[in-house]
Amino acid sequence: MFIGYFTERPYQDPKSGYFGATGKSIMDLNVSNEIYDAQLGSDLYNRYLDEKIYAEEMGFDGLMLNEHHSTPFCMGGAMNVEASILARITQRAKIVLLGNIIPIWDDPLWLVEQLAMIDMISRGRLVSGWVRGTGRESVAHNVEPHYNWERFKEAHELIVKAWTTPGPFRWEGKHYHFRHVNPWVRPYQKPHPPIWLPGVVSRDSLMWAAEERIPYIMLATEMEPTRQAFQLYHDRAAELGYESGPQNIGYLWKVHVDETEELAEQTGRKYVQGPSNPFLAGNEGTTNQALLQLPGLTSRRRVLPTRDVATAARGGSAGPGGVLSRPYEQQIADYTIISGTPKTVIPKIRHVLETIRPGSIFFWDGDGAMTHDDAMRSLRLMGQEVLPAVREIADELDLPGPFEVDPATGKPYVAQVNGPADIPAEAVVADD
Amino acid sequence: MATGAQAWTEQSVEAAGVSLQMVKGGSGAPLLILHGELGHQGWLRCHEALAQDYTLHIPSHPGFGATERQEWIMNMRDLAGWYLEAIDDLGLHGSNLMGFSLGGWLAAEMAAMSPDTFNKLVLVSPAGIRPPEGEIYDMFLAVAKEFLTAGFYDTASAPEFLDICPDEVSPELAEAWEIAREEACRLSWRPYMHYPALPNLLHRLKRLPTQIIWGREDEIVPVSAAQVFNDSIPGSGLTIFDNCGHNPHVEKTDQFLTTVKSFLTS
Repeated sequence: MFIGYFTERPYQDPKSGYFGATGKSIMDLNVSNEIYDAQLGSDLYNRYLDEKIYAEEMGFDGLMLNEHHSTPFCMGGAMNVEASILARITQRAKIVLLGNIIPIWDDPLWLVEQLAMIDMISRGRLVSGWVRGTGRESVAHNVEPHYNWERFKEAHELIVKAWTTPGPFRWEGKHYHFRHVNPWVRPYQKPHPPIWLPGVVSRDSLMWAAEERIPYIMLATEMEPTRQAFQLYHDRAAELGYESGPQNIGYLWKVHVDETEELAEQTGRKYVQGPSNPFLAGNEGTTNQALLQLPGLTSRRRVLPTRDVATAARGGSAGPGGVLSRPYEQQIADYTIISGTPKTVIPKIRHVLETIRPGSIFFWDGDGAMTHDDAMRSLRLMGQEVLPAVREIADELDLPGPFEVDPATGKPYVAQVNGPADIPAEAVVADD
Repeated sequence: MATGAQAWTEQSVEAAGVSLQMVKGGSGAPLLILHGELGHQGWLRCHEALAQDYTLHIPSHPGFGATERQEWIMNMRDLAGWYLEAIDDLGLHGSNLMGFSLGGWLAAEMAAMSPDTFNKLVLVSPAGIRPPEGEIYDMFLAVAKEFLTAGFYDTASAPEFLDICPDEVSPELAEAWEIAREEACRLSWRPYMHYPALPNLLHRLKRLPTQIIWGREDEIVPVSAAQVFNDSIPGSGLTIFDNCGHNPHVEKTDQFLTTVKSFLTS
């Protein structure tokens, strides 16, 4: 079992109009950065890094980051900057990027170099996920939504080739054209850092992950449709002649642990407070309908069973009684939020693991209106009581993570961090 | 104005390797009409009136309506090049050419590439040039209904508005809009709805009689672009209607018809 820690790093400032309190529009993309408070921003960036250091100390295997643009709900507009810092100030945990929004950059070679440097500085701790991004990302960086999927696949091929094939070589593709590909920095991990794919909606992406034998991580989707989507992955793997397992699938959801049940409820409710976040059920804010319908961004037909849930999570079509703005109580009832003391949280996590059978899990905590103290209390209790218990459960349920069983082969995972074969082993700098 | 109903048909015709969905009606000299970013709006009063004197050919561009998208067409110049060959195949050399909005931009590109192909050119609130004042409305940050509504100065005084944009949108119409928006997106995302070199290229229209029509209150393509078109096309005429948005053919139908008929017969 691989256990990661995640927060979306919200810009927590009541002046930014929680629930429209300022009277200004909080519609997606409409919140002006004129209210940005530099002191607060600086404090929050440092807070979230501090929490990541503590998460490592408390025994998490992975420190997960994500990236969104032009929005207060996620401050990680340049996630690779945070990852670079973690590469140097943490020692053991994987730095899990879920992920770089590869279709929105016209120059994927810049990512080739940045990510290889992060892998180098962290001495091989990078997990390099890709995402396709939401409409907000295509608009914020003005990249053709209709070529999102084509650009995703071509950028992936180009990046992997640049990491694995000695240069210089030329790349004359449909969307990317480079006459001289020869980045000096090459990744620490061989043949390249693991690539994972998170998602919520697109059947194309999930099928592609299965075809590429890339682990697929479902983000805060409801349990039953998540299980169904993973079954599609396993079925596709079987068609392709390989056996996928828990090592191929991961699940992220909201888990908070606290000292008392009262405190856990009080703090758990903060998931649905704070800056509006279209991905935080219960506090989606005013979603921008046009952004949800950006032409060609995802197939209108090839969607996953989680579509209804995810569409609602993005402020989509769910009407009264649907899943949009699900109240806290309902999310507690269906386990998409687990908040409690270690004693009550552990059996609920077991239920999720039994239902979905993931090899990787990510606890989404410290979000919404939760304070640094809220986040640190939870991290401490997770480290002291929850993580050891979850590891035992995972062993009992036979849920190996992707660093125990290789998702591509189904065989025991062997880390390959030595230099290329033509570099003598003694020339490779040893770990501290 | 004569009001006798003109028959029109819709069929699939082969042109330049594509099965082209084509609305055809009327009689007289050919008039090729290029629709805008949300596709053919239906047979309107302006079509009915023009069909008295002209044979209207109203194709759905590749990627719009029932005409299949061509993957290789990645921008407006690609589409214009394809259309010139389609005109060869359709035997429409010497036609009059009229384009609306995105279709106006397309018509301008086609005419700049091959001015001798056409008899006369009418550009109705064309996209294609960055307005010196104001910006072209971002249709991809609006839903189709918002966009259509923004295209009128006063929807209440334009009876055909509800034909184009009904209160209750059928699933078929909603799907047609989404198909159109996706192809419009492919043709116009970056730079948005214009091509920087177009003003320079339009000088080639010096021998092609051209009429430009605009609504003064156009919120989709600001009227400041009209003057650039006018200045860029030697000898072109420019008519601007007051109290009129992006759809002069719907909002000021009578004035529109007077202007067009007078230009085409002059």
